[in-house]
Amino acid sequence: MIRVELLRRDNPSRALRLLSPLIGLSLALITGAIMFSLMGKNPAAALYVYFIEPLTEAWSVHELLIKAAPLILMGAGLSICYLSNNWNIGAEGQFIMGALAGSIFPVLFTDFQNPMVLPLMFIFAVAGGALWAGIPALLKARFNTNEILVSLMLVYVAERILDYLVRGPWRNPGGMNFPESVRFHSYARVPEIMPWDGRANLGIVIAILVAIALWFMLSRTLKGFEVKVIGASPRAGRFAGFSSKGMIFFSFLVAGGCAGLAGIIEVAGASAQLRPIISPGYGFTAIIVAFLGRLNPLGAIAAGLILALTYLGGEAAQISLQISDKASRVFQGTLLLYILACDTLIHYRIRFSRKPAAKGIEQAAASSEQQPPAAERAV
Amino acid sequence: MKQLLPILAAATALSLTLTPVAFAQQDTAHACFVYVGSHTDGGWSQAHDLARLEMEEHFGGAVTSTFVENVSEAASAGTIERLARSGCDIIFTTSFGFMDPTLEVAERFPDIKFEHATGYKTADNMAAYNSRFYEGRYIQGQIAASISETGIAGYIASFPIPEVVQGINAFILGAQTVNPDFSLRVVWVNSWYDPGAEADAAKVLMDQGVDILTQHTDSTAPMQEAAARGIKAFGQALDMIEAGPETQLTAIIDSWAPYYIERVQAVLDGTWESAEIWHGLPEGILTMAPYTNMPDDVAAMAAETEEAIRSGTLHPFTGPIARQDGSEWLAEGEIADDGTLLSMNFYVQGVDDQLPE
Repeated sequence: MIRVELLRRDNPSRALRLLSPLIGLSLALITGAIMFSLMGKNPAAALYVYFIEPLTEAWSVHELLIKAAPLILMGAGLSICYLSNNWNIGAEGQFIMGALAGSIFPVLFTDFQNPMVLPLMFIFAVAGGALWAGIPALLKARFNTNEILVSLMLVYVAERILDYLVRGPWRNPGGMNFPESVRFHSYARVPEIMPWDGRANLGIVIAILVAIALWFMLSRTLKGFEVKVIGASPRAGRFAGFSSKGMIFFSFLVAGGCAGLAGIIEVAGASAQLRPIISPGYGFTAIIVAFLGRLNPLGAIAAGLILALTYLGGEAAQISLQISDKASRVFQGTLLLYILACDTLIHYRIRFSRKPAAKGIEQAAASSEQQPPAAERAV
Repeated sequence: MKQLLPILAAATALSLTLTPVAFAQQDTAHACFVYVGSHTDGGWSQAHDLARLEMEEHFGGAVTSTFVENVSEAASAGTIERLARSGCDIIFTTSFGFMDPTLEVAERFPDIKFEHATGYKTADNMAAYNSRFYEGRYIQGQIAASISETGIAGYIASFPIPEVVQGINAFILGAQTVNPDFSLRVVWVNSWYDPGAEADAAKVLMDQGVDILTQHTDSTAPMQEAAARGIKAFGQALDMIEAGPETQLTAIIDSWAPYYIERVQAVLDGTWESAEIWHGLPEGILTMAPYTNMPDDVAAMAAETEEAIRSGTLHPFTGPIARQDGSEWLAEGEIADDGTLLSMNFYVQGVDDQLPE
């Protein structure tokens, strides 16, 4: 049997490491061009519509920022989790629970209308998302349960709770029995930053500030050092006096809080009410954002914008070139695959071997815990 | 006075041509569609897409159209806005969840016409249109009760909104005209289009002894599962006979094309007006696929019921009808009004399920 092993390169090329995203992007563009021309579309036009057209008009840039804000917030938060080796893949559920906790004010206390409402909503949303993320953290720290499974399963629980609330107790009494909450009053809306141009709201500003704060924490504080040490080697972390249980809570609560904040920004921003479905999968896309951003909160800003762009581009390609939604998704997938593959192959080399090498197994096992292959698993 | 009239008329005509907002005629139009599923889903979205193509063909080259598929209801406002800015004269958004986003965008683009399917909110430039699917459900119930051996039918339902609850109630009411003890099991899949979940629901229902399946979801998966087990089923939104040549009894076919042609024509003529349209078998927005895989007498009964509904002599929701808990809903001879139907959130007697609250 031929084994395929990933072996860490001793000296990955620094130039290649820097160029990696560009190489991935170029390969994806070439593949995309081939795919579009096989479909009988002009590849140049298709790529223009995909990557440039959504950026040519102000309102469309606003849409980009609306889509990017939750991705950046959650991607940056998840980076902390993944760096510390805590595999929280339930941001989608934390997003929903944050949105629910924050919506308590506009939905249940409709008469409570003053400038205090929005800050309170934000605080509740952060708490809601963090508490929801606290469940897998507690179970992992206490009973050593698998946090991947628990955090993922709690997504579906959160979806059901949202579903129950908007169909039952939180349903708009004037809404003909349709599953939706009342529309939020104006004090409970995230203000738009440039309302004369488009719909983008304060969410994107908050997202970027949070990402910068997380980056500062990671790169300039002891806590950030602790995150990285525990992630790289829990044993070394223990010698340094760091608590890996404490880190489980810290990383999950930070990521959950970010996701909760993203949730309230989404419902109090673009949609202004709760519906049975409030997220088109932002919480899962954010996992990709975290890895595309190389687990750096600042990278998550760029990655969030890029992924938001591919969503808008896919839509624009459907409208103006009748390129099917499926082709757009294939293209998105290609892009991510190339970028992650480039990162992986720059840091690791592939070895085919016939004999079962004991050392190789160990290395393969160790390397599979490193970032890029895990990214593919999580995706 | 006599001389004044032509002058007034001329002035009016002139002012009409000068104010292109409301009554401008135009030679060409661009119609846009938003689908919640894939345009080849074999059901709901495909029915809209087929109607779109038929509409385009009807107008020759005068009307062009485009669509966006698999649009998430949660983030649809941006999609609708992109269409509004891409030169659409009229935009059809074809799922309930697009209602508020459509309204929101419609408010910002007063010169573009919006048409939302299956909702209840309208505006000066936003119409609502829907089909009385329950008329077909009533016929299905009659057929099911006539040919079922176990006396239990299974209903694969999407979301507990009035449109879906109407269908479940109409189905059991139709069945009760044939077999008063007929029973109906319901499984909610909480999705309009999820072939995997729909197939699982079908299996669960069949394991419970159901020998007729009907669905208010968009894929052909339940039909295929029914075919695999050799029981009968009803198609939804499109004629699904190809998915179950030996299985399909009939199907509720959504025939949106005449409506799309009428509304786009109104845009061309400059006579488009907002409206709330709820058509059914009589207007042809709803048609039934051929009655197949059933005895002739059952097919004849179904055709008779269809004709009675079409001619207006039969309304599926005619009293006496009791609610699930036994309390009276409609008295003898009383017909449900549209307002009640459009906000229906209760079962009638005979449905073996608890309505999700």
